[in-house]
Amino acid sequence: MSKTKATAAIVGPGNIGTDLMFKLMRRSTIIEPRFMVGVDPTSDGLARAKRLGLEASAEGVDWLLSQEELPDIVFEATSARAHQANAPRYAEAGILAVDLTPAAVGPYLCPPVNLSFNLDAPNVNMITCGGQATVPMVHAVSSVVPVPYAEIVASVSSRSAGPGTRANIDEFTETTAAAVEVIGGAEQGKAIIILNPVEPPLMMRNSVFCAIPEEAGEPGALQDRILESIHAMVRTVQEYVSGYHLRSDPQFDPARSTWRGQARVFIPIEVKGGGDYLPDYAGNLDIITAAAARVGDLLVAHRLGIATSWKSTSELGEQPADASAPERAGV
Amino acid sequence: MGDMSIRPEDAPVVGRDVTESEVLAHATTAGGPTDLRITDSTLRDGSHAMSHQFTEEQVRGVVSALDRAGVQVIEVSHGDGLGGSSFNYGFSLVDEFDLIAAAVDEATRAKIAVLMLPGLATVKHLKRAHAAGASVARIATHCTEADVSIQHFSEARDLGMETVGFLMLAHRASPQVLAQNARIMVDAGAECVYVVDSAGALVLSDAQERIQAVIDEVSRDGAQVGFHGHQNLSMGIANSVLAYQAGARQIDGALCALGAGAGNSPTEVLAATFERMGIRTGVDLGEVLSAAEEVVRPFIPRLPWMDRASITQGYAGVYSSFLLHAERAAERYGVPAHAILQRVGELGYVGGQEDMIIDVALQLSEEQQLGDLAAAGVR
Repeated sequence: MSKTKATAAIVGPGNIGTDLMFKLMRRSTIIEPRFMVGVDPTSDGLARAKRLGLEASAEGVDWLLSQEELPDIVFEATSARAHQANAPRYAEAGILAVDLTPAAVGPYLCPPVNLSFNLDAPNVNMITCGGQATVPMVHAVSSVVPVPYAEIVASVSSRSAGPGTRANIDEFTETTAAAVEVIGGAEQGKAIIILNPVEPPLMMRNSVFCAIPEEAGEPGALQDRILESIHAMVRTVQEYVSGYHLRSDPQFDPARSTWRGQARVFIPIEVKGGGDYLPDYAGNLDIITAAAARVGDLLVAHRLGIATSWKSTSELGEQPADASAPERAGV
Repeated sequence: MGDMSIRPEDAPVVGRDVTESEVLAHATTAGGPTDLRITDSTLRDGSHAMSHQFTEEQVRGVVSALDRAGVQVIEVSHGDGLGGSSFNYGFSLVDEFDLIAAAVDEATRAKIAVLMLPGLATVKHLKRAHAAGASVARIATHCTEADVSIQHFSEARDLGMETVGFLMLAHRASPQVLAQNARIMVDAGAECVYVVDSAGALVLSDAQERIQAVIDEVSRDGAQVGFHGHQNLSMGIANSVLAYQAGARQIDGALCALGAGAGNSPTEVLAATFERMGIRTGVDLGEVLSAAEEVVRPFIPRLPWMDRASITQGYAGVYSSFLLHAERAAERYGVPAHAILQRVGELGYVGGQEDMIIDVALQLSEEQQLGDLAAAGVR
């Protein structure tokens, strides 16, 4: 009998793992979250998963792999080092892996940019939250003009950055910078992450700076085309995360000698989360969990030979954030 | 609150005035036993005030003069630390690793230190700095986020570097929270933890209480405590003296105060003040005065100063390096720099969030236009 549903395990019951559980439940009908796996018996995420009917264990991946029925797909939300160790074990057991750590074992995936990937890939990488929020913008610019250099700054509230994120801060910047190049299309990429503890927490905020040709730094047709491309990409991302929006209009500046003779565009992105787990300031969770749910749904549909079930923002009947009226959170 | 009284051993040498000719005739006292160690940050914090345009010649001149004066540690990096060269913080004129190598080449006694902020720089940057000859790793986080630095301390120790932790914007954490974060850094391998008054916002007892709390937490492990001051409210020197009295044994300064905001505690004033108090820094006063006056002063485009914008930074608790970025945004968007900085303080942005200055300037500009329309009777 052919399966119509795939079972999933989430490894890492922290902020990202817990938010992902909700995303899978809401947005995919062909993925059934069955296991939640951690290492800390007092984890809030394990208790929550249990209450929602998942089998939860604090005995790690050894426990998961000793189950009689293994999951079809595993979502890893631990740390880069843990995924590097676990990835070969999942592969050996024939389990698909969607990696939400910056381990970058498999190819980088950013759904609005490179969803047509090799669906037979046994392991795919979701870059980082900052990467999911910024790579689409770099791509929007680089698809109109050459981008010799792009730099992204991701600011997230301290409360939404769990121990995995904190232990992986180097991997975060390196993986994000690499994805800005490989998927974003910049010749050279740089990534910066800032944790801000202010209360009430700040909403996830990302700045994208792209070096652009001198002509594009001045008002004109080329600049208009870049703007159009940015706005179109915002709408595409909103189909995953309705709270993704421009905080203000992109700012173009003519070339300056102190910018190594480059003109630039500055794109301020704010991501309001869906509040599935942490409150709406934690858009950094949504931007990566929504992308992982989308990719997981696609992989599972391909493997089972069935139709995808993932629902976009408009299919869910949600309203995307209005780009012309940016949130004024905290002001 | 901490003990504010001056203990006998800290009392200044009084009863006789030291004349200028005595200072100048002073035989070199560089080196020898010291009661505290001064780290000079002219070539790192000063990079902000220079818009990161230091030349190799300037770096060689400053290192040579500081080394001659007996300053034991000289910090060289982009103002925002290794890897700071960027759109967000400003591009360096000269690659910082070339500047570090030049500094190492020039120093005969002084150790060369580098600053790194996890999230901006990685262990790879640290390894390159070490390969260029840097021997002190100063690893900085916002004062409540020390746990992002754990991997960097352990790597720095593995490289054989001396390790210093930097808890930035220290006014934003209570003494207790600051001590907890210092604990995390010491457990990770920091040999000294600094209370860093990045906004120049700590006023006397604010500084002393924090330093005392950190000392109480880490001194039992043999770790030292340091203080890095800014002059936004003119407290750099006074806070440094209080820090020493509380037990801090590493103090930062910069020649001619060359640093972000209204600048750092001037190294030459620290040397003079501690000498008057009979506290040995190992720094020769005549040499360090000459370094400030003859080497640094001539190349500074604008001396750091307590003006409306930088005082606002101290008052509103804003990261000092935001100053020039706010001035540039003020010019671009037609809103006052001090108003931008005031708003940045209210919103609680932390070090590294220079990009938010553009957001704030845009908001203020929008509010200004709406205000103008309202004043003109438009609804």
